[in-house]
Amino acid sequence: MSELATGARVVRALGARSIRQTFRRPQLISPIVVFPTLLLAIQTGGAGAGIELPGFPPVQSFLQFMLAGSMMQSMMLAGNSGGIAFAVDIEMGFTDRLFASPIPRFAIVLGRLAGTAALGLFASLWFLAIGLIFGAHIEGGVPGALLAIALITTSAIAVGGIGAAIALRTGSASVVQGLFPLVLVVLFLSSAFFPQELMIEPAKTIAEYNPFSFIVEGVREPIISGIDATQTLEAVAAIAGIILLGLVLSARALRHRLRTG
Amino acid sequence: MTDSTATPAIVVEGLERSFGEVLAVQGIDLRVEEGEIYGFLGPNGAGKTTTVRMLTTLLLPTGGRATVAGFDVAAEARQVRASIGVALQEAALDPLMTGRELIRLQATLQGLPTGAGRERADALLDRVGLSYAADRRVGGYSGGMKRRLDLAAALVHEPRVLFLDEPTTGLDPVSRKTIWEEVQALNDDGTTVFLTTQYLEEADQLADNVGIIDRGLIVAEGTPEELKGEIGNPHIELTVAAGAVPEAERAVAELGRLRPRKGEDRVLLEVEQGAAEVPRVVRALDEAGIAVESLELVRPTLDDVFVAKTGHHLEGEGEQEGDPAGEEPAPA
Repeated sequence: MSELATGARVVRALGARSIRQTFRRPQLISPIVVFPTLLLAIQTGGAGAGIELPGFPPVQSFLQFMLAGSMMQSMMLAGNSGGIAFAVDIEMGFTDRLFASPIPRFAIVLGRLAGTAALGLFASLWFLAIGLIFGAHIEGGVPGALLAIALITTSAIAVGGIGAAIALRTGSASVVQGLFPLVLVVLFLSSAFFPQELMIEPAKTIAEYNPFSFIVEGVREPIISGIDATQTLEAVAAIAGIILLGLVLSARALRHRLRTG
Repeated sequence: MTDSTATPAIVVEGLERSFGEVLAVQGIDLRVEEGEIYGFLGPNGAGKTTTVRMLTTLLLPTGGRATVAGFDVAAEARQVRASIGVALQEAALDPLMTGRELIRLQATLQGLPTGAGRERADALLDRVGLSYAADRRVGGYSGGMKRRLDLAAALVHEPRVLFLDEPTTGLDPVSRKTIWEEVQALNDDGTTVFLTTQYLEEADQLADNVGIIDRGLIVAEGTPEELKGEIGNPHIELTVAAGAVPEAERAVAELGRLRPRKGEDRVLLEVEQGAAEVPRVVRALDEAGIAVESLELVRPTLDDVFVAKTGHHLEGEGEQEGDPAGEEPAPA
Protein backbone atom coordinates (compact mmCIF):
# COMPACT_ATOMS: atom_id res chain seq x y z
CA MET A 1 0.00 0.00 0.00
CA SER A 2 1.43 3.41 -0.96
CA GLU A 3 2.20 6.00 1.68
CA LEU A 4 -0.61 8.19 0.35
CA ALA A 5 -3.13 5.37 0.60
CA THR A 6 -1.94 4.54 4.10
CA GLY A 7 -2.25 8.20 5.08
CA ALA A 8 -5.76 8.35 3.61
CA ARG A 9 -6.79 5.25 5.59
CA VAL A 10 -5.48 6.79 8.78
CA VAL A 11 -7.24 10.11 8.12
CA ARG A 12 -10.49 8.25 7.44
CA ALA A 13 -10.17 6.15 10.60
CA LEU A 14 -9.34 9.15 12.78
CA GLY A 15 -12.12 11.18 11.16
CA ALA A 16 -14.62 8.41 11.89
CA ARG A 17 -13.41 8.28 15.47
CA SER A 18 -13.81 12.03 15.91
CA ILE A 19 -17.38 11.89 14.58
CA ARG A 20 -18.24 9.01 16.94
CA GLN A 21 -16.60 10.93 19.77
CA THR A 22 -18.77 13.99 19.05
CA PHE A 23 -22.00 12.04 18.96
CA ARG A 24 -21.10 10.09 22.11
CA ARG A 25 -20.29 13.22 24.12
CA PRO A 26 -23.43 15.34 24.51
CA GLN A 27 -21.47 18.45 25.47
CA LEU A 28 -19.84 18.37 22.02
CA ILE A 29 -22.92 17.77 19.87
CA SER A 30 -25.24 20.07 21.81
CA PRO A 31 -23.64 23.37 20.71
CA ILE A 32 -23.60 22.19 17.10
CA VAL A 33 -27.28 21.28 16.87
CA VAL A 34 -29.35 22.42 19.83
CA PHE A 35 -28.04 25.94 20.38
CA PRO A 36 -28.15 27.18 16.74
CA THR A 37 -31.55 25.53 16.17
CA LEU A 38 -33.03 27.24 19.21
CA LEU A 39 -31.53 30.58 18.19
CA LEU A 40 -32.93 30.16 14.69
CA ALA A 41 -36.39 29.41 16.12
CA ILE A 42 -36.28 32.36 18.52
CA GLN A 43 -34.98 34.87 15.96
CA THR A 44 -37.30 33.71 13.21
CA GLY A 45 -40.26 33.85 15.53
CA GLY A 46 -39.40 37.15 17.17
CA ALA A 47 -37.69 39.26 14.54
CA GLY A 48 -39.40 38.12 11.38
CA ALA A 49 -40.74 41.60 10.69
CA GLY A 50 -37.14 42.75 10.17
CA ILE A 51 -37.40 41.89 6.49
CA GLU A 52 -39.72 44.90 6.07
CA LEU A 53 -36.91 47.31 7.03
CA PRO A 54 -35.64 49.56 4.24
CA GLY A 55 -32.31 48.22 3.02
CA PHE A 56 -33.05 44.62 3.98
CA PRO A 57 -32.20 42.40 1.01
CA PRO A 58 -35.19 40.98 -0.84
CA VAL A 59 -35.97 37.59 0.68
CA GLN A 60 -38.90 35.19 0.67
CA SER A 61 -38.88 34.98 4.50
CA PHE A 62 -36.74 35.78 7.52
CA LEU A 63 -36.13 32.04 7.90
CA GLN A 64 -34.69 31.97 4.39
CA PHE A 65 -32.36 34.85 5.30
CA MET A 66 -31.32 33.25 8.60
CA LEU A 67 -30.44 29.78 7.28
CA ALA A 68 -26.93 30.79 6.19
CA GLY A 69 -26.22 32.38 9.57
CA SER A 70 -27.42 29.31 11.46
CA MET A 71 -25.30 27.04 9.29
CA MET A 72 -22.29 29.28 9.94
CA GLN A 73 -22.93 29.28 13.67
CA SER A 74 -23.29 25.51 13.77
CA MET A 75 -20.19 25.04 11.62
CA MET A 76 -18.09 27.38 13.76
CA LEU A 77 -19.20 25.67 16.95
CA ALA A 78 -18.38 22.33 15.30
CA GLY A 79 -14.87 23.68 14.71
CA ASN A 80 -14.67 24.79 18.33
CA SER A 81 -15.98 21.42 19.55
CA GLY A 82 -13.38 19.70 17.36
CA GLY A 83 -10.68 21.79 19.00
CA ILE A 84 -11.99 20.93 22.46
CA ALA A 85 -12.07 17.22 21.63
CA PHE A 86 -8.53 17.41 20.26
CA ALA A 87 -7.33 19.14 23.42
CA VAL A 88 -9.04 16.45 25.52
CA ASP A 89 -7.12 13.85 23.48
CA ILE A 90 -3.89 15.66 24.31
CA GLU A 91 -4.79 15.99 27.99
CA MET A 92 -5.60 12.30 28.39
CA GLY A 93 -2.54 11.19 26.41
CA PHE A 94 -4.44 9.73 23.48
CA THR A 95 -2.41 11.78 21.03
CA ASP A 96 0.73 10.09 22.41
CA ARG A 97 -0.70 6.84 21.06
CA LEU A 98 -0.99 8.54 17.67
CA PHE A 99 2.41 10.24 17.81
CA ALA A 100 4.06 6.91 18.70
CA SER A 101 2.58 5.26 15.60
CA PRO A 102 4.35 5.12 12.22
CA ILE A 103 1.98 7.54 10.51
CA PRO A 104 2.58 10.98 9.02
CA ARG A 105 2.06 13.23 12.01
CA PHE A 106 0.06 15.74 10.04
CA ALA A 107 -2.44 12.92 9.36
CA ILE A 108 -3.39 13.26 13.03
CA VAL A 109 -4.51 16.86 12.42
CA LEU A 110 -6.11 15.98 9.07
CA GLY A 111 -8.04 13.15 10.72
CA ARG A 112 -9.46 15.58 13.24
CA LEU A 113 -10.32 18.05 10.46
CA ALA A 114 -12.00 15.30 8.42
CA GLY A 115 -14.28 14.69 11.39
CA THR A 116 -14.98 18.41 11.74
CA ALA A 117 -15.75 18.62 8.01
CA ALA A 118 -18.27 15.80 8.40
CA LEU A 119 -19.92 17.75 11.21
CA GLY A 120 -20.01 20.82 8.93
CA LEU A 121 -21.72 18.70 6.31
CA PHE A 122 -24.17 17.47 8.92
CA ALA A 123 -24.85 21.08 10.06
CA SER A 124 -25.55 22.29 6.52
CA LEU A 125 -27.89 19.36 5.80
CA TRP A 126 -29.65 19.82 9.15
CA PHE A 127 -30.45 23.49 8.56
CA LEU A 128 -31.33 23.04 4.91
CA ALA A 129 -33.78 20.34 6.00
CA ILE A 130 -35.24 22.65 8.68
CA GLY A 131 -35.55 25.43 6.12
CA LEU A 132 -37.29 23.23 3.60
CA ILE A 133 -39.60 21.71 6.22
CA PHE A 134 -40.68 25.17 7.40
CA GLY A 135 -41.24 26.53 3.92
CA ALA A 136 -38.03 28.32 2.95
CA HIS A 137 -37.19 28.29 -0.74
CA ILE A 138 -33.69 27.54 -2.00
CA GLU A 139 -33.65 29.96 -4.92
CA GLY A 140 -30.51 28.47 -6.45
CA GLY A 141 -32.19 25.07 -6.59
CA VAL A 142 -30.20 21.89 -6.16
CA PRO A 143 -26.95 23.43 -7.44
CA GLY A 144 -27.41 26.30 -4.98
CA ALA A 145 -28.02 23.89 -2.10
CA LEU A 146 -24.96 21.86 -3.06
CA LEU A 147 -22.86 25.03 -3.21
CA ALA A 148 -24.03 26.07 0.27
CA ILE A 149 -23.26 22.58 1.60
CA ALA A 150 -19.80 22.62 0.01
CA LEU A 151 -18.96 26.06 1.39
CA ILE A 152 -20.08 25.17 4.92
CA THR A 153 -18.22 21.85 4.83
CA THR A 154 -14.95 23.43 3.70
CA SER A 155 -15.45 26.29 6.16
CA ALA A 156 -15.61 23.67 8.93
CA ILE A 157 -12.15 22.50 7.87
CA ALA A 158 -10.95 26.11 8.03
CA VAL A 159 -12.36 26.82 11.47
CA GLY A 160 -11.37 23.36 12.70
CA GLY A 161 -7.80 24.09 11.64
CA ILE A 162 -7.69 27.13 13.90
CA GLY A 163 -9.24 25.09 16.75
CA ALA A 164 -6.69 22.29 16.21
CA ALA A 165 -3.82 24.77 16.22
CA ILE A 166 -4.96 26.27 19.54
CA ALA A 167 -5.47 22.78 21.00
CA LEU A 168 -1.99 21.70 19.91
CA ARG A 169 -0.36 24.86 21.21
CA THR A 170 -2.10 24.93 24.59
CA GLY A 171 -3.02 21.27 25.14
CA SER A 172 -5.85 22.58 27.28
CA ALA A 173 -9.52 21.84 26.68
CA SER A 174 -10.43 24.70 29.03
CA VAL A 175 -8.58 27.23 26.89
CA VAL A 176 -10.26 26.03 23.68
CA GLN A 177 -13.62 25.97 25.43
CA GLY A 178 -12.93 29.52 26.57
CA LEU A 179 -12.98 30.57 22.92
CA PHE A 180 -16.69 29.77 22.69
CA PRO A 181 -17.79 33.40 23.38
CA LEU A 182 -15.20 34.62 20.89
CA VAL A 183 -16.80 32.48 18.19
CA LEU A 184 -20.09 34.23 18.85
CA VAL A 185 -18.45 37.67 18.85
CA VAL A 186 -16.82 36.98 15.48
CA LEU A 187 -20.11 35.72 14.16
CA PHE A 188 -22.18 38.65 15.43
CA LEU A 189 -19.61 41.04 13.98
CA SER A 190 -20.29 39.57 10.55
CA SER A 191 -23.37 39.64 8.38
CA ALA A 192 -24.45 36.21 9.62
CA PHE A 193 -27.56 37.37 11.47
CA PHE A 194 -28.16 40.87 10.15
CA PRO A 195 -27.64 42.56 6.79
CA GLN A 196 -24.41 44.53 6.67
CA GLU A 197 -26.23 47.54 5.15
CA LEU A 198 -28.36 47.93 8.26
CA MET A 199 -25.51 47.74 10.80
CA ILE A 200 -24.18 50.81 12.58
CA GLU A 201 -20.51 51.75 13.00
CA PRO A 202 -18.08 50.35 13.98
CA ALA A 203 -19.81 46.98 13.57
CA LYS A 204 -20.55 47.76 9.93
CA THR A 205 -16.89 48.33 9.02
CA ILE A 206 -15.76 45.32 11.04
CA ALA A 207 -18.35 43.16 9.29
CA GLU A 208 -17.24 44.52 5.93
CA TYR A 209 -13.72 43.15 6.44
CA ASN A 210 -14.65 40.11 8.54
CA PRO A 211 -13.77 37.08 6.39
CA PHE A 212 -16.75 35.25 7.84
CA SER A 213 -19.02 37.86 6.22
CA PHE A 214 -17.64 36.82 2.83
CA ILE A 215 -18.31 33.18 3.64
CA VAL A 216 -21.82 33.76 4.94
CA GLU A 217 -22.74 35.86 1.91
CA GLY A 218 -21.37 33.12 -0.32
CA VAL A 219 -23.63 30.63 1.44
CA ARG A 220 -26.65 32.94 1.62
CA GLU A 221 -26.73 34.09 -1.98
CA PRO A 222 -27.65 30.71 -3.51
CA ILE A 223 -30.40 30.40 -0.89
CA ILE A 224 -32.03 33.83 -1.21
CA SER A 225 -31.42 34.67 -4.88
CA GLY A 226 -29.22 32.23 -6.80
CA ILE A 227 -25.57 31.45 -7.44
CA ASP A 228 -23.41 34.56 -7.83
CA ALA A 229 -19.90 33.92 -9.15
CA THR A 230 -18.31 36.94 -7.45
CA GLN A 231 -19.70 36.18 -4.02
CA THR A 232 -18.86 32.52 -4.42
CA LEU A 233 -15.26 33.35 -5.31
CA GLU A 234 -14.98 35.78 -2.39
CA ALA A 235 -16.26 33.06 -0.04
CA VAL A 236 -13.83 30.51 -1.49
CA ALA A 237 -10.95 32.98 -1.09
CA ALA A 238 -11.90 33.67 2.53
CA ILE A 239 -12.14 29.94 3.27
CA ALA A 240 -8.81 29.27 1.55
CA GLY A 241 -7.18 32.04 3.57
CA ILE A 242 -8.48 30.68 6.87
CA ILE A 243 -7.52 27.11 5.91
CA LEU A 244 -4.01 28.30 5.08
CA LEU A 245 -3.77 30.17 8.36
CA GLY A 246 -5.07 27.15 10.28
CA LEU A 247 -2.64 24.78 8.58
CA VAL A 248 0.35 27.07 9.16
CA LEU A 249 -0.58 27.57 12.82
CA SER A 250 -1.26 23.83 13.26
CA ALA A 251 2.06 22.88 11.68
CA ARG A 252 3.93 25.29 13.95
CA ALA A 253 2.03 24.13 17.03
CA LEU A 254 2.67 20.50 16.10
CA ARG A 255 6.40 21.14 15.74
CA HIS A 256 6.41 22.95 19.09
CA ARG A 257 4.57 20.11 20.81
CA LEU A 258 6.90 17.47 19.41
CA ARG A 259 9.93 19.51 20.42
CA THR A 260 8.74 20.09 23.97
CA GLY A 261 6.92 16.79 24.49
CA MET B 1 16.55 -15.06 27.20
CA THR B 2 19.10 -13.04 25.23
CA ASP B 3 21.15 -13.53 22.11
CA SER B 4 24.47 -11.77 22.40
CA THR B 5 25.17 -12.03 18.66
CA ALA B 6 22.06 -10.06 17.65
CA THR B 7 21.93 -6.29 17.24
CA PRO B 8 21.11 -4.75 20.61
CA ALA B 9 17.45 -3.81 20.88
CA ILE B 10 18.27 -0.51 22.58
CA VAL B 11 21.52 1.40 22.78
CA VAL B 12 21.64 4.69 24.70
CA GLU B 13 24.75 6.85 24.80
CA GLY B 14 24.97 10.03 26.84
CA LEU B 15 21.25 10.69 26.47
CA GLU B 16 20.13 14.00 27.92
CA ARG B 17 16.93 15.95 28.19
CA SER B 18 16.54 19.32 29.79
CA PHE B 19 13.45 21.41 30.41
CA GLY B 20 14.71 24.95 30.67
CA GLU B 21 17.12 24.95 33.58
CA VAL B 22 16.11 21.50 34.78
CA LEU B 23 18.21 18.59 33.52
CA ALA B 24 15.70 15.74 33.80
CA VAL B 25 17.95 13.10 32.23
CA GLN B 26 21.64 13.75 32.71
CA GLY B 27 23.58 11.82 30.09
CA ILE B 28 22.65 8.20 30.65
CA ASP B 29 24.11 5.12 28.94
CA LEU B 30 22.44 1.77 28.70
CA ARG B 31 22.20 -1.25 26.44
CA VAL B 32 19.34 -3.71 26.15
CA GLU B 33 19.93 -6.94 24.28
CA GLU B 34 17.41 -8.50 21.93
CA GLY B 35 14.96 -10.74 23.82
CA GLU B 36 15.75 -9.23 27.21
CA ILE B 37 13.43 -7.75 29.83
CA TYR B 38 15.11 -4.59 31.07
CA GLY B 39 13.73 -3.16 34.27
CA PHE B 40 14.16 0.59 34.58
CA LEU B 41 13.73 1.27 38.24
CA GLY B 42 13.43 4.56 40.02
CA PRO B 43 11.17 6.69 42.18
CA ASN B 44 8.63 9.14 40.83
CA GLY B 45 10.30 11.97 38.99
CA ALA B 46 13.62 10.15 38.59
CA GLY B 47 13.59 10.48 34.80
CA LYS B 48 12.08 7.13 33.81
CA THR B 49 9.19 8.47 31.78
CA THR B 50 11.31 11.19 30.19
CA THR B 51 13.72 8.48 29.04
CA VAL B 52 10.90 6.32 27.69
CA ARG B 53 9.38 9.28 25.86
CA MET B 54 12.72 9.92 24.16
CA LEU B 55 13.16 6.26 23.25
CA THR B 56 9.64 6.11 21.81
CA THR B 57 10.19 9.30 19.73
CA LEU B 58 7.62 11.30 21.70
CA LEU B 59 10.28 13.71 22.90
CA LEU B 60 13.48 14.84 21.23
CA PRO B 61 16.67 14.42 23.25
CA THR B 62 18.64 17.58 23.96
CA GLY B 63 21.90 15.63 24.03
CA GLY B 64 23.42 12.24 23.33
CA ARG B 65 21.90 9.59 21.09
CA ALA B 66 19.83 6.45 21.21
CA THR B 67 18.92 3.66 18.82
CA VAL B 68 15.93 1.38 19.15
CA ALA B 69 15.71 -1.76 17.01
CA GLY B 70 18.78 -0.42 15.21
CA PHE B 71 17.20 2.92 14.27
CA ASP B 72 18.17 6.34 15.58
CA VAL B 73 15.32 7.83 17.66
CA ALA B 74 15.90 11.32 16.27
CA ALA B 75 16.90 10.70 12.64
CA GLU B 76 14.87 7.54 11.94
CA ALA B 77 11.86 8.13 14.15
CA ARG B 78 9.36 6.59 11.75
CA GLN B 79 11.27 3.30 11.56
CA VAL B 80 11.55 3.29 15.34
CA ARG B 81 7.78 3.76 15.65
CA ALA B 82 7.14 0.86 13.28
CA SER B 83 9.33 -1.38 15.42
CA ILE B 84 7.99 -0.60 18.88
CA GLY B 85 4.88 -1.08 20.94
CA VAL B 86 4.14 1.46 23.63
CA ALA B 87 1.92 1.29 26.69
CA LEU B 88 2.31 4.54 28.55
CA GLN B 89 1.96 5.28 32.24
CA GLU B 90 -1.52 6.73 32.08
CA ALA B 91 -3.25 4.20 29.84
CA ALA B 92 -3.93 6.52 26.89
CA LEU B 93 -7.36 5.18 26.09
CA ASP B 94 -10.40 7.01 24.79
CA PRO B 95 -13.17 6.27 27.30
CA LEU B 96 -15.79 6.76 24.59
CA MET B 97 -14.40 4.03 22.32
CA THR B 98 -15.07 0.35 22.79
CA GLY B 99 -12.15 -1.99 23.34
CA ARG B 100 -12.62 -3.49 19.90
CA GLU B 101 -12.73 -0.07 18.21
CA LEU B 102 -9.52 0.92 19.93
CA ILE B 103 -7.57 -2.17 18.88
CA ARG B 104 -8.86 -1.89 15.32
CA LEU B 105 -7.85 1.78 15.20
CA GLN B 106 -4.40 0.81 16.48
CA ALA B 107 -4.18 -1.82 13.73
CA THR B 108 -4.95 0.86 11.14
CA LEU B 109 -2.34 3.18 12.67
CA GLN B 110 0.20 0.38 12.33
CA GLY B 111 -0.70 -0.14 8.68
CA LEU B 112 -2.40 -3.53 8.96
CA PRO B 113 -4.92 -4.24 6.19
CA THR B 114 -8.54 -4.04 7.37
CA GLY B 115 -9.21 -7.79 7.42
CA ALA B 116 -5.94 -8.65 9.12
CA GLY B 117 -6.49 -5.84 11.62
CA ARG B 118 -9.90 -7.22 12.58
CA GLU B 119 -8.56 -10.74 13.03
CA ARG B 120 -5.62 -9.48 15.05
CA ALA B 121 -7.91 -7.37 17.25
CA ASP B 122 -10.10 -10.35 18.04
CA ALA B 123 -7.09 -12.54 18.78
CA LEU B 124 -5.50 -9.95 21.07
CA LEU B 125 -8.73 -9.26 22.95
CA ASP B 126 -8.97 -12.98 23.52
CA ARG B 127 -5.33 -13.19 24.60
CA VAL B 128 -5.74 -10.53 27.28
CA GLY B 129 -9.09 -11.95 28.40
CA LEU B 130 -11.23 -9.03 27.26
CA SER B 131 -13.35 -10.64 24.55
CA TYR B 132 -16.37 -10.52 26.83
CA ALA B 133 -16.01 -6.73 27.19
CA ALA B 134 -14.82 -5.94 23.66
CA ASP B 135 -17.93 -4.01 22.69
CA ARG B 136 -18.23 -2.08 25.92
CA ARG B 137 -16.92 1.46 26.18
CA VAL B 138 -13.48 1.70 27.75
CA GLY B 139 -14.76 4.28 30.26
CA GLY B 140 -16.54 1.43 32.05
CA TYR B 141 -13.44 -0.78 32.31
CA SER B 142 -11.62 -1.35 35.60
CA GLY B 143 -8.00 -0.21 35.98
CA GLY B 144 -6.71 -3.72 35.31
CA MET B 145 -8.86 -4.11 32.21
CA LYS B 146 -7.60 -0.79 30.86
CA ARG B 147 -3.98 -1.85 31.32
CA ARG B 148 -4.63 -5.16 29.60
CA LEU B 149 -6.34 -3.38 26.72
CA ASP B 150 -3.45 -0.93 26.47
CA LEU B 151 -1.05 -3.87 26.39
CA ALA B 152 -3.10 -5.55 23.65
CA ALA B 153 -3.06 -2.34 21.60
CA ALA B 154 0.71 -2.15 21.93
CA LEU B 155 1.03 -5.67 20.54
CA VAL B 156 -1.16 -5.28 17.49
CA HIS B 157 1.76 -5.20 15.01
CA GLU B 158 3.94 -7.72 16.89
CA PRO B 159 6.61 -5.17 17.81
CA ARG B 160 10.26 -6.08 18.25
CA VAL B 161 10.57 -3.89 21.32
CA LEU B 162 7.80 -3.26 23.80
CA PHE B 163 7.91 -0.24 26.12
CA LEU B 164 5.82 -0.52 29.25
CA ASP B 165 5.81 2.56 31.41
CA GLU B 166 4.77 1.57 34.93
CA PRO B 167 2.25 -0.96 33.64
CA THR B 168 1.02 -2.03 37.06
CA THR B 169 1.04 1.21 39.02
CA GLY B 170 -2.20 1.49 40.97
CA LEU B 171 -3.35 -2.04 40.18
CA ASP B 172 -4.52 -4.59 42.71
CA PRO B 173 -2.25 -7.63 43.30
CA VAL B 174 -4.33 -9.96 41.13
CA SER B 175 -4.33 -7.58 38.14
CA ARG B 176 -0.64 -6.96 38.68
CA LYS B 177 0.10 -10.66 38.56
CA THR B 178 -1.94 -11.03 35.36
CA ILE B 179 0.12 -8.29 33.69
CA TRP B 180 3.35 -9.90 34.90
CA GLU B 181 2.35 -13.25 33.44
CA GLU B 182 1.48 -11.62 30.14
CA VAL B 183 4.78 -9.72 30.01
CA GLN B 184 6.69 -12.91 30.78
CA ALA B 185 4.79 -14.79 28.08
CA LEU B 186 5.56 -12.06 25.53
CA ASN B 187 9.22 -12.22 26.45
CA ASP B 188 9.18 -16.00 26.14
CA ASP B 189 7.95 -15.43 22.58
CA GLY B 190 11.03 -13.30 21.91
CA THR B 191 9.79 -9.74 22.47
CA THR B 192 12.28 -7.38 24.05
CA VAL B 193 10.63 -5.51 26.92
CA PHE B 194 11.72 -2.19 28.37
CA LEU B 195 9.80 -1.91 31.61
CA THR B 196 9.83 1.10 33.87
CA THR B 197 8.63 0.56 37.38
CA GLN B 198 8.82 1.93 40.85
CA TYR B 199 8.03 -1.50 42.30
CA LEU B 200 11.06 -3.47 43.43
CA GLU B 201 9.22 -6.76 43.34
CA GLU B 202 8.21 -6.16 39.74
CA ALA B 203 11.78 -5.57 38.61
CA ASP B 204 13.00 -8.50 40.70
CA GLN B 205 10.37 -10.87 39.30
CA LEU B 206 10.53 -9.92 35.65
CA ALA B 207 13.77 -8.25 34.68
CA ASP B 208 16.85 -9.96 33.27
CA ASN B 209 18.74 -6.74 33.83
CA VAL B 210 17.92 -3.71 35.93
CA GLY B 211 18.98 -0.11 35.59
CA ILE B 212 18.40 2.09 38.62
CA ILE B 213 17.84 5.75 37.85
CA ASP B 214 17.76 8.51 40.40
CA ARG B 215 17.57 12.22 39.72
CA GLY B 216 18.28 11.70 36.03
CA LEU B 217 21.36 9.50 36.49
CA ILE B 218 21.79 5.76 36.29
CA VAL B 219 23.27 4.83 39.64
CA ALA B 220 23.48 1.05 39.21
CA GLU B 221 23.00 -1.52 36.49
CA GLY B 222 23.16 -5.33 36.35
CA THR B 223 21.09 -8.41 36.95
CA PRO B 224 18.99 -8.26 40.12
CA GLU B 225 21.23 -10.95 41.67
CA GLU B 226 24.42 -9.07 40.75
CA LEU B 227 23.10 -5.86 42.21
CA LYS B 228 21.99 -7.52 45.41
CA GLY B 229 25.24 -9.42 45.58
CA GLU B 230 27.18 -6.17 45.41
CA ILE B 231 25.85 -5.03 48.73
CA GLY B 232 26.48 -8.14 50.79
CA ASN B 233 25.28 -11.59 51.84
CA PRO B 234 21.90 -12.55 53.20
CA HIS B 235 21.54 -12.51 56.96
CA ILE B 236 19.68 -14.54 59.54
CA GLU B 237 17.52 -12.54 61.90
CA LEU B 238 17.01 -14.33 65.23
CA THR B 239 14.59 -13.30 67.94
CA VAL B 240 15.52 -14.53 71.40
CA ALA B 241 14.65 -13.56 74.97
CA ALA B 242 15.89 -10.02 75.68
CA GLY B 243 18.57 -11.06 78.15
CA ALA B 244 19.86 -13.88 75.94
CA VAL B 245 21.18 -11.75 73.12
CA PRO B 246 24.87 -11.61 74.21
CA GLU B 247 24.90 -15.37 74.80
CA ALA B 248 23.21 -16.04 71.45
CA GLU B 249 25.73 -13.82 69.68
CA ARG B 250 28.61 -15.77 71.21
CA ALA B 251 27.01 -19.06 70.14
CA VAL B 252 26.70 -18.13 66.47
CA ALA B 253 29.63 -15.73 66.05
CA GLU B 254 31.83 -18.30 64.34
CA LEU B 255 29.18 -19.18 61.76
CA GLY B 256 29.09 -15.79 60.07
CA ARG B 257 29.54 -12.08 60.60
CA LEU B 258 27.50 -10.42 63.33
CA ARG B 259 25.76 -7.24 62.31
CA PRO B 260 24.92 -4.38 64.69
CA ARG B 261 22.02 -5.28 66.97
CA LYS B 262 18.50 -4.33 65.98
CA GLY B 263 16.37 -3.91 69.10
CA GLU B 264 16.83 -5.64 72.47
CA ASP B 265 15.93 -9.15 71.38
CA ARG B 266 17.37 -9.53 67.90
CA VAL B 267 20.59 -11.06 66.65
CA LEU B 268 21.61 -10.38 63.05
CA LEU B 269 24.09 -12.82 61.53
CA GLU B 270 25.36 -12.32 57.98
CA VAL B 271 25.96 -15.71 56.32
CA GLU B 272 27.59 -16.54 53.01
CA GLN B 273 25.57 -19.62 52.12
CA GLY B 274 22.11 -18.30 52.89
CA ALA B 275 19.54 -21.01 53.69
CA ALA B 276 22.25 -23.69 53.87
CA GLU B 277 23.57 -22.09 57.06
CA VAL B 278 20.28 -22.17 58.92
CA PRO B 279 20.55 -25.74 60.34
CA ARG B 280 24.04 -25.02 61.72
CA VAL B 281 22.83 -21.86 63.40
CA VAL B 282 19.84 -23.63 64.93
CA ARG B 283 22.10 -26.46 66.20
CA ALA B 284 24.57 -23.99 67.72
CA LEU B 285 21.82 -22.19 69.58
CA ASP B 286 20.31 -25.46 70.72
CA GLU B 287 23.63 -26.70 72.03
CA ALA B 288 24.00 -23.41 73.94
CA GLY B 289 20.54 -23.93 75.42
CA ILE B 290 19.09 -20.74 73.96
CA ALA B 291 15.41 -20.73 73.05
CA VAL B 292 14.72 -19.13 69.68
CA GLU B 293 11.40 -17.34 69.38
CA SER B 294 11.69 -16.81 65.63
CA LEU B 295 14.22 -17.13 62.84
CA GLU B 296 14.13 -15.49 59.44
CA LEU B 297 16.53 -15.59 56.51
CA VAL B 298 16.63 -12.08 55.03
CA ARG B 299 18.05 -11.64 51.55
CA PRO B 300 19.22 -8.25 50.23
CA THR B 301 16.55 -6.53 48.18
CA LEU B 302 16.75 -4.05 45.37
CA ASP B 303 15.65 -1.48 47.90
CA ASP B 304 18.85 -2.24 49.85
CA VAL B 305 20.72 -1.68 46.58
CA PHE B 306 18.87 1.56 46.04
CA VAL B 307 19.62 2.74 49.55
CA ALA B 308 23.27 1.80 49.17
CA LYS B 309 23.56 3.69 45.88
CA THR B 310 21.45 6.76 46.61
CA GLY B 311 21.12 7.06 50.36
CA HIS B 312 17.34 6.90 50.32
CA HIS B 313 14.61 4.31 49.92
CA LEU B 314 12.87 3.70 46.62
CA GLU B 315 9.34 2.73 47.57
CA GLY B 316 7.05 5.18 49.25
CA GLU B 317 9.02 8.17 48.01
CA GLY B 318 7.08 11.11 46.68
CA GLU B 319 8.03 13.46 43.91
CA GLN B 320 11.73 14.05 43.48
CA GLU B 321 13.59 16.87 41.93
CA GLY B 322 14.99 16.41 38.46
CA ASP B 323 11.97 15.31 36.46
CA PRO B 324 9.38 17.98 36.86
CA ALA B 325 5.61 17.68 36.97
CA GLY B 326 5.53 13.96 37.51
CA GLU B 327 7.85 13.55 34.56
CA GLU B 328 7.65 16.49 32.18
CA PRO B 329 6.52 20.07 32.38
CA ALA B 330 3.58 20.99 30.22
CA PRO B 331 4.54 22.94 27.11
CA ALA B 332 3.96 26.65 27.28
